[in-house]
Amino acid sequence: MKKFVAILLAAMMLLSVSALAENVVKIGVYEPASGDSGAGGKQETLGVQYANLETPTVVIGGEEYKVELVYADNGSSTDKAPSAAQELVSAGVSVVLGSYGSGVSIAGSEYFKNANIPAIGLTCTNPQVTAGNSHYFRVCFLDPFQGTALANYASKALGAKTAYCLGELGNDYDQGLINYFKEAFEGLGGTVIVDAFPTNNADFTSYLTNAEMYGAEVLFCPVSIAYSTLIIQQAASMNLAFPVLGGDTLDSNVVVAAAVGTNIDLTVTTFYQEGANPTFDEGFKAWLNSDATALANNGGNDMISAVSVMGYDGYYMALAALQAAGTTDSAAVMAVLPSMEIDGASGHIVFDENGDAVRNSAFVKKANTATGDWEFVTEQTVE
Amino acid sequence: MWNTVFPYLLSGISVGGQYALIAIGYTMVYGILRLINFAHGDVFMVAGIVMVYLSASGLPLWLVIPMVLIITALIGFVIERVAYKPLRSAPRMSVMISAIGVSYTLQNLVLYVTGGLNKMYPTIPGISETVMVMGAKTKMVTLVTPVLTLVLVVLLVTLINKTKIGMAMRAVSKDFETSQLMGIKINSVISATFVIGSFLAGVGSILYFTNYPTVIQTSGAMPGLKAFVAAVFGGIGSIPGAVLGAFIIGIMENIIKGLDVILFKSGLISAPLGLSTFSDAFTFALLIIILIVKPTGLFGEKTTDKV
Amino acid sequence: MTNQIKQKKVDPAVLLTALIILCVYVGVFIAEQVISPNSMLFTVLKKGATYALVAVSMNLLNGFTGIFSLGQAGFMLIGAYTYAIFTIPVEHRASVYQYFNGGVIQFTLPWFVAMILAGLVAAFFAWLIGLPVLRLKSDYLAIATLGFAEIIRAILQWNQLGPVTNGSNMLRLFPNFNSFNITNAEGKVTVYLSTFVPFLIAGICIALIVLLLHSGYGRAFKSIRDDEIAAEAMGVNLAHHKQLAFCISSFFAGVGGAMLAMYQTTVQAKSFTTAMTYEILLIVVIGGIGSVTGSVLSSFLFVACSEWWLRFLDNEQFIGDFQVPLLRNGFRLVVFSVIIMIVVLFFRRGIMGTRELPDLLRRRRKEAGIK
Repeated sequence: MKKFVAILLAAMMLLSVSALAENVVKIGVYEPASGDSGAGGKQETLGVQYANLETPTVVIGGEEYKVELVYADNGSSTDKAPSAAQELVSAGVSVVLGSYGSGVSIAGSEYFKNANIPAIGLTCTNPQVTAGNSHYFRVCFLDPFQGTALANYASKALGAKTAYCLGELGNDYDQGLINYFKEAFEGLGGTVIVDAFPTNNADFTSYLTNAEMYGAEVLFCPVSIAYSTLIIQQAASMNLAFPVLGGDTLDSNVVVAAAVGTNIDLTVTTFYQEGANPTFDEGFKAWLNSDATALANNGGNDMISAVSVMGYDGYYMALAALQAAGTTDSAAVMAVLPSMEIDGASGHIVFDENGDAVRNSAFVKKANTATGDWEFVTEQTVE
Repeated sequence: MWNTVFPYLLSGISVGGQYALIAIGYTMVYGILRLINFAHGDVFMVAGIVMVYLSASGLPLWLVIPMVLIITALIGFVIERVAYKPLRSAPRMSVMISAIGVSYTLQNLVLYVTGGLNKMYPTIPGISETVMVMGAKTKMVTLVTPVLTLVLVVLLVTLINKTKIGMAMRAVSKDFETSQLMGIKINSVISATFVIGSFLAGVGSILYFTNYPTVIQTSGAMPGLKAFVAAVFGGIGSIPGAVLGAFIIGIMENIIKGLDVILFKSGLISAPLGLSTFSDAFTFALLIIILIVKPTGLFGEKTTDKV
Repeated sequence: MTNQIKQKKVDPAVLLTALIILCVYVGVFIAEQVISPNSMLFTVLKKGATYALVAVSMNLLNGFTGIFSLGQAGFMLIGAYTYAIFTIPVEHRASVYQYFNGGVIQFTLPWFVAMILAGLVAAFFAWLIGLPVLRLKSDYLAIATLGFAEIIRAILQWNQLGPVTNGSNMLRLFPNFNSFNITNAEGKVTVYLSTFVPFLIAGICIALIVLLLHSGYGRAFKSIRDDEIAAEAMGVNLAHHKQLAFCISSFFAGVGGAMLAMYQTTVQAKSFTTAMTYEILLIVVIGGIGSVTGSVLSSFLFVACSEWWLRFLDNEQFIGDFQVPLLRNGFRLVVFSVIIMIVVLFFRRGIMGTRELPDLLRRRRKEAGIK
């Protein structure tokens, strides 16, 4: 018996160091496919897949390489993230894309760092993801910006004086965004009440009652898709008088579907507005409609989610870096990434000294509860 | 003050009724097998998933609901036969570990089937609508739940007190071995217990998920634990005790969620303290207090009909 | 077995066991220098060592003393937080405690001091909890300890304690296993110790538990497990010994929690749920309730299967053009559950039952002798 175990162990060791096939470059897709953010993670992955379909090969150092996407599901939770990150590291990826959700990105960060693999954050907006390190980059905007934009919108466009913020306990995305919203909103002379619910909570009626009791004029809930659908439905059944505000996570066809047929006033800020890049929109929609699995992963319809666009841009950023590095060596890719620039579907992307994309505008969208579409409201900029 | 507390009370009664339906399953099984059926909360969750998939298949609702209840009862029956019956003579710890294993299995099966994503629960016309009660807004299901719970409890108590199978249940819970010697078919009594418990969990799941309409593999864990606490609180083995315990826990939990507001409004605190963090923990604190002070629960074992 | 140890002649089986363990350590050390540090092997070894310690500490309670406790995750949480809070370098505190102005603690303890402290704090809480709870019967005790674990989790997430615990937010940037690697002036690693040191820590802790089990206390624990009333009649102070077993088990769970924090590189209260306790309990059951060797083996097996060997079950696989059916996200866990249910129902004694490694060697030697 022990001999068998020994042989098995030896075989596994050999397998683990198996050499890479020739002329294949691996890009890790570090995204949640299950859990609270699973729906969002899948949409983000779709963007990467579409880009990969469009450009399946890349020329590195004069040779053509096939791009292989390696997926690892971080389960939307910080305790599953290390395994997923380690899986990508041991698969020998040259660069990592992801993740949806800041908490899992931070939780996986150390593993990428130790293996000298650069990571390109797609929609993780918490500043802590890239702060103080040289291996994490990101193509989206940041929470201090997004929080300020939302606070401005709440205060100026909605005329609210009191805001009730509701986030999940221990979720870095929620807590971070609420924190920056609070700072900005209080700076504008408003009052902010912050509340938090435990993970796996399903009953939000008491929290919504809290909001009413405090006399809130706006409800700010930048939570995962799973929670936001619950909140919206329960808010709708309580006929809440005040509007609901959300961050980029709420910009999803799943969320707007929950609001259809209700009288909820739902507004979100996001990275991309459908129509901003017609070529991308057309191609992406055509692909979704031709591929049943992709359509199902997109929530059953062909509405373009902003996170898909970020996934698309992230992929091209990774290809650009691989080309510039001229090798598949991850350390070399990391070295060239800070100076990369691309023209993505979401606009021109260039990194600042922290490795964050320089972005100064966010799209404000409002849910049309009759048709189930997102309607463009304004483009919020901060100097 | 009343106006501040009332909405929380209403939410609490609603969720309490749903906990009650789960708690009955716990208390009945414990009464007979002396087993904490950790998988019971997951049976409740599986009932939700079955509902999601059945209604997605396009069957009419009047057919789907009875089917969900029957399937749930069947799942309870199968779990008992597969996972608990072979261990009848094993130490209690083994059976409890088996229960934990079943819970783990059910969650992982659902994770596999759903892909780990939240599933939207279908709306059920009639109980999903919004109504006004004494100035507070709520769903119709909030009003239906306590009534339905009480009706089902009365039916169940009648069944236990008046029918032959009920008498057998009482006998088995009093003395397992002697009743076996007296010719009671232990296995069918235990199966009946599991079927009834799971059926009620199925009813509870329909009410619960109509209120909070997403289901994921972990949806059953917390309600399950809370229902168990309710069963202990009311005196394990006692059905009225479990129901009362469930309502108390449901109400207290929602009061804790709103405690900041209540204290704030009555001028006791100047800023919110974030006490809602303790809405789940409070249930367990209550459990530990009752275990230490009065381990038999609110209703002592002797005074009530035990199942 | 204890009698045999006391004999002047050393039992060859024990000697052989020591040799095997030594070989494992030498093997780990050499493997780490030779094989790429990115290999899944080291993940498995690091996490396996952590889980082995936690599983053995749970076995000390559930298997050797007969106290069915489900509070393991709570004590691990305390350990992990204590370790993390006291070892985050001062210069990183402002960024970790970003919402609490850098927190109130502005000093750092060396990692091993923090690790021992992690155990002590966990043991202290175990003592507090044990006072009322240990009087309860088997399953009531289980549910009460489970409840305490949930309460601890809520308290650590409470925002008002944020200056110490960082509220519900992540603790990070503390020294992790990779900090054990010895580097030269340019930051290049010269000697890899990131797997060896956790092995050493877990090994020392498990050795201490084994020594304890072979002492008078260990015999008292086992007598409580076998028959409480008889044990009491023989003069074993039940309350005292139960409390002792509970505190010692929690001490090692706390140290294990600290190791888990180092493995994960970040910690957050919300991940220490009852599901984690269940997982450890199932590891103990698979290994054999009442066998230290079993718990250690099954920890490594469990981690290796879940992180490495069975990973392929979660991805769609093609053999040529043929897509292997059923394989998709979550299938690994289904397979796992089925294996666990089979063990629970049909192989209740687990891999080792109550035997230990020396027992195995002894039996084999005897068989050889007969031939």
